[in-house]
Amino acid sequence: MSKQELLLLDCGVSPFCGRVRIALAEKGVEYESKEENVLGGKSELLLSSNPVYKKVPVLLHNGKPLCESSILVQYIDEAWPSPPLLPTSPYERAQARFWGDFIEKKVFDGGSKIWKSKGEEIEVAKKEFIETLKQLEGTLGDKDFFGGENLGFVDILLIPLTTWFYAYEKFGDFKVEEECPKFSTWVKRCKQRENVVKALPEPEVVYEVVLMLRKMHGFE
Amino acid sequence: MADEIALLSTWPSMFGMRVRVALAEKGLKYEYREEDLRNKSPLLLLMNPVHKKIPVLIHNGKPISESMIIVEYIDEVWNHKSPLLPTDPFQRAQARFWADYVDKKLYDTAKKIIWSTKGEEQETGKKEFIECLKLLEGELGDDPYFGGENFGFVDVSLVTFSCWFHTFESYGNFSIETECPKLVAWTKRCLEKESVSSSLADPHKIHDFASGVRKRLGIE
Repeated sequence: MSKQELLLLDCGVSPFCGRVRIALAEKGVEYESKEENVLGGKSELLLSSNPVYKKVPVLLHNGKPLCESSILVQYIDEAWPSPPLLPTSPYERAQARFWGDFIEKKVFDGGSKIWKSKGEEIEVAKKEFIETLKQLEGTLGDKDFFGGENLGFVDILLIPLTTWFYAYEKFGDFKVEEECPKFSTWVKRCKQRENVVKALPEPEVVYEVVLMLRKMHGFE
Repeated sequence: MADEIALLSTWPSMFGMRVRVALAEKGLKYEYREEDLRNKSPLLLLMNPVHKKIPVLIHNGKPISESMIIVEYIDEVWNHKSPLLPTDPFQRAQARFWADYVDKKLYDTAKKIIWSTKGEEQETGKKEFIECLKLLEGELGDDPYFGGENFGFVDVSLVTFSCWFHTFESYGNFSIETECPKLVAWTKRCLEKESVSSSLADPHKIHDFASGVRKRLGIE
């Protein structure tokens, strides 16, 4: 398949785009990427490809668009079955989807509350966020990855979100490594994977973006 | 060995009804347990410790939570009849996208119509709700079902809201049939299916239920 048949409407710091980049890398699939200026001005192609949400990532396969990062990861897994990102048993697959959904509901919005809050609210947001990470730690257990011995669906959904944790730590005055050491170990283990490292931005870069977002929200 | 299937749910829940429709589509027998959400059973708390919510499907003692994850599980395990998701990965991704849209948008906008205390919020909810239904109507197009010729995944995700339509119309003071005639025609088509008509609650009983909740909330 030639590169031109797959186009990713992308954004470097977006953890949602990061998921798609990692999934495609895991499958060894080549693709074209177009960086979108999500804050400055969305392209006509983005607006017409994702009229419902007008967001990245969008994956265009032979010109046909698909949206929503966790749906894209599942699509990539089904269109290119090897290596599998979801388990084979329906029960294990349902569990993976459950934790993927949990991550969607809790992690990014929970972390955002930390830098969007003022005063006492920051402590509340921080506590809830740490609780979320502890629940994820519990489900990881003694496994190397949520997917078992290899990166799986849940790992791919979660690891890009961790590039935003440095910003949360700065504004919440805490360290994930101290509060959730097992979680921290899992992050380090993922970062030993070339496909993960290549796909994700540096946390310091994300921090600069959060500073800019805070200004836009009238915080500074 | 016969499968042991139990469903923990509440009779007015459109999310629980989705699971009932899926089980009925597959011709499955199961034990139904009505939960009192103001006094959750030890079984519910044990089977869904993370969210403590219904519906929960318990299959041979193992729990699955989140209604559309349960529906997908049912579709994968009992794949001998009435497939709910298509086989093509691209079409599957589109089906997941629209079911996810129903989940993200419909419930929250509908809540504003029936549970809000401020008139402005209710008007906003009504406008947004109608917009969502119109978008879904557009997606249905001229097909008999969202699944095309056959009742499918997206149909399951949306049809259970239809028994709440009378309640939304009554409190929002509008007619869904006037706004979205094609969609209402689709709900009637779905109700011709035994799996749907036997799984959806009576719209008048739903209205009585909602009235009771509103009284308790002090908005009626």
